[in-house]
Amino acid sequence: MARSVTTQRKLTFTILGWAIGLLIFFPILWTFLTSFKTEGTAVATPPQFLFFDWTLENYHEVQSRSDYMKHVTNSVVISVGSTLIGLALAIPAAWAMAFSPTKRTKDVLMWMLSTKMMPPVGVLVPLYLIFRDWGLLDTRLGLVAVLTMINLPIIVWMLYTYFKEIPGEILEAARMDGASLMKEIVYVLTPMAVPGIASTMLLNIILAWNEAFWTLNLTAANAAPLTAFIASYSSPEGLFWAKLSAASTMAIAPILIMGWFSQKQLVRGLTFGAVK
Amino acid sequence: MATLQTRATARLMMSPAVILLFLWMIVPLVMTLYFSFLRYNLLMPGTEEFIGFLNYQYFLTDPAFFTALGNTLMLVGGTLLITVIGGVLLALVLDQPFWGQGIVRLLVIAPFFVMPTVSALVWKNMLMHPVNGLFAWIARSFGFQPIDWFAQLPLFSIILIVAWQWLPFATLILLTALQSLDGEQIEAAEMDGAGALSRFFYLVLPHMSRAITVVILIQTIFLLSVFAEILVTTNGGPGLQTTNITYLIYAQALLQFDVGGASAGGIVAVILANIVAFFLIRLIGKNLER
Repeated sequence: MARSVTTQRKLTFTILGWAIGLLIFFPILWTFLTSFKTEGTAVATPPQFLFFDWTLENYHEVQSRSDYMKHVTNSVVISVGSTLIGLALAIPAAWAMAFSPTKRTKDVLMWMLSTKMMPPVGVLVPLYLIFRDWGLLDTRLGLVAVLTMINLPIIVWMLYTYFKEIPGEILEAARMDGASLMKEIVYVLTPMAVPGIASTMLLNIILAWNEAFWTLNLTAANAAPLTAFIASYSSPEGLFWAKLSAASTMAIAPILIMGWFSQKQLVRGLTFGAVK
Repeated sequence: MATLQTRATARLMMSPAVILLFLWMIVPLVMTLYFSFLRYNLLMPGTEEFIGFLNYQYFLTDPAFFTALGNTLMLVGGTLLITVIGGVLLALVLDQPFWGQGIVRLLVIAPFFVMPTVSALVWKNMLMHPVNGLFAWIARSFGFQPIDWFAQLPLFSIILIVAWQWLPFATLILLTALQSLDGEQIEAAEMDGAGALSRFFYLVLPHMSRAITVVILIQTIFLLSVFAEILVTTNGGPGLQTTNITYLIYAQALLQFDVGGASAGGIVAVILANIVAFFLIRLIGKNLER
């Protein structure tokens, strides 16, 4: 029997829940609102919440900075590129581990996970020197390579937990019916695996988009994605809050929306299947 | 049934990922280890020589190391305290039925998707600014002296920002765990006359203990490496007040060009992270067997 919920109790929790939700969301909301103010209104005391002259000037100004589109392109290329290469490497690996497990499969998975535990500063020096010597500093290629390797363990793990849920009997049935390995993959496995692959892709684009250790340390002007572009506002000249807000809103909006769609996968991906 | 042929195919399919990850892990790590035994400064090329454990001796006896270690522990511990306690309370609230639950859930998890440089700069300027910031305005409206956050409480300010970023993660995972709790068990306890508090401490909390452990371990791994938030707000200062191990090694490598010293620091950081990783791997490994 379901527990009956009194209206009064529900009302109490509605107020409490919304209050907490809005409080936590407030810095994002505030950034969004400030992005439509003039620089003068942005620093005004008392703060202007809704009733100010809304302007799109900041968006215009940020976008007209000659290098803005370059940073957006860099972010897209780096996050999507590293995710796609990661998937290309991980799909076969996870498929093999899920459907032809050996007694060492578990060890391989745990070992992959352990590479994720390595603190980035532990390899900062050699990576920086390798990048310098190979001319990879401040290139998209270099960042794509690094982010691919950083997220590969998470991609393999997520795909593995999804593939594990595909019943093996279906594959056997297809095999009995005389399907070749190729056919098995294209007609049986792919349709069942696509949702898992899509969620994995989404979460990894988010993680790569927001990565802020390697993107800050290995780029300067050319390959810097939005994380580094926003960081340039840390030593500004004059009033900049409204412009910072506009740039920030544009940098986080697409990823926030993707994140909202992938909230269920977030738990699975970031706990390596330990919590589902 | 796995035949010899499928087994070979399987191995072939795994090899690109495994080989690349292996190289990614082992090559830089061996190089770091090697550099850590050299006198090697990029500003003084040609003077590289083997100096044994001298880099470690310098790094580990440097007062800056102890300051950074203390800051790292404060940062990790403080953030964990806020996010775990806050996460449990938030999960309890979000688990109750109320109007607009789905939307509130989206609002609560939003900070996790904000890139670190954005959260740090928005908090530092628009919220924590001692004159024009929102917190200063709130303080003044209540007749208090505004806090100059990054001058008076620099490390605490960074803890607040990082905790805001990680609270959604803790909440989401604890909520997932809470939702798998058997409702009938709670009802039975309720009928037996157990109060809300004892239901929480004897039923809910033990049920969530594994999820709490996972949250603590995973967050610790990431929190040991907090970097961008420090870089764009304080640059480790004032003095060394917000320098953690990660930032200390970064400064040594890319600001002072001391490859040898930074490498020794890097190895120390790897060892510290491995202590945490050891427990995490065991926990997840256990889960894999079920």
